[in-house]
Amino acid sequence: MHATSPSPTGFRLFRYAAPAEFYRLAGRVVPLVALLAAALGVAGLYVGFFVAPTDAQQGEAYRIMFIHVPAAWMGMFIYVVMAFWAALGLVFNTRMSAIMASALAPTGALMSFLALWTGALWGRPAWGTYWDWDARMTSTLILLFLYMGFMALHSAIDDTRRADRAAGVLAIVGVVNVPIIYFSVQWWNSLHQGSSISLGKAPTIAAPMLAAMLIMALAFWAYCIAAALTRARAIVLERERSSEWVRTLFGAAS
Amino acid sequence: MNWGGWQAFWAMGGYGGYVWTAYGTVAAVVIIEALAVRARLARARRGAAHRRRRG
Repeated sequence: MHATSPSPTGFRLFRYAAPAEFYRLAGRVVPLVALLAAALGVAGLYVGFFVAPTDAQQGEAYRIMFIHVPAAWMGMFIYVVMAFWAALGLVFNTRMSAIMASALAPTGALMSFLALWTGALWGRPAWGTYWDWDARMTSTLILLFLYMGFMALHSAIDDTRRADRAAGVLAIVGVVNVPIIYFSVQWWNSLHQGSSISLGKAPTIAAPMLAAMLIMALAFWAYCIAAALTRARAIVLERERSSEWVRTLFGAAS
Repeated sequence: MNWGGWQAFWAMGGYGGYVWTAYGTVAAVVIIEALAVRARLARARRGAAHRRRRG
């Protein structure tokens, strides 16, 4: 059956861990972040195409950066968040943790696919090749496989609790790949260019280029939150179908 | 940034094929995923309501 509900005197923090509370709260948050994603997307595209100047070395092809870099960031970031929820789920056995991990995986997989795809389309004009088995590209491909492995393993096990645990372990083990991706351009001699921005150093690109990239990164961020939360709400209903709060919520409507 | 007309804008300095394929794929993936998660939520809602009516 289901895990015990938090006691009335329990931590307030865990109040939001309750699926019923999450379902309601996320339902209010999603329209706002979706709207934010659309607004930031329009603003980022405007700055990216109409304010940012032509790149001296790469001409107009560099404009792929405004979607490539945010997608690559989200691919890595979502993986870390997914592994965090998976770890929380394994340790505390909270119902929402595993749901969050499962909800994040497809969006993270799509983001890492887009990073690879847009990277190939940028690599061809910039380096003369769509693909090279260098450290950054290979480790990003492994990231995509880790997401796919997580989803495949989860769907291969019928018992949801066991599926959560097995896929959760895979997610946690795979997290070592994320720093490898991030530092790959420093650790190995790579075809991939170094970071345009990094902590503690001045950016190496023009201000409007940087602005467009950061606005697009925020847009991607907001989009991923909206997509993952909507998927999490669906998973909550799928899993809690027979619980009292779902019956009350949907019984009142019929 | 002045492109000097839409034709130059779509041409992207000769890199239009790469740039617009990249942007087009991102747009398609985002729209399809957004529709898919909404459909999944709607299906889950129907499932929850259906179970209520039967049981």
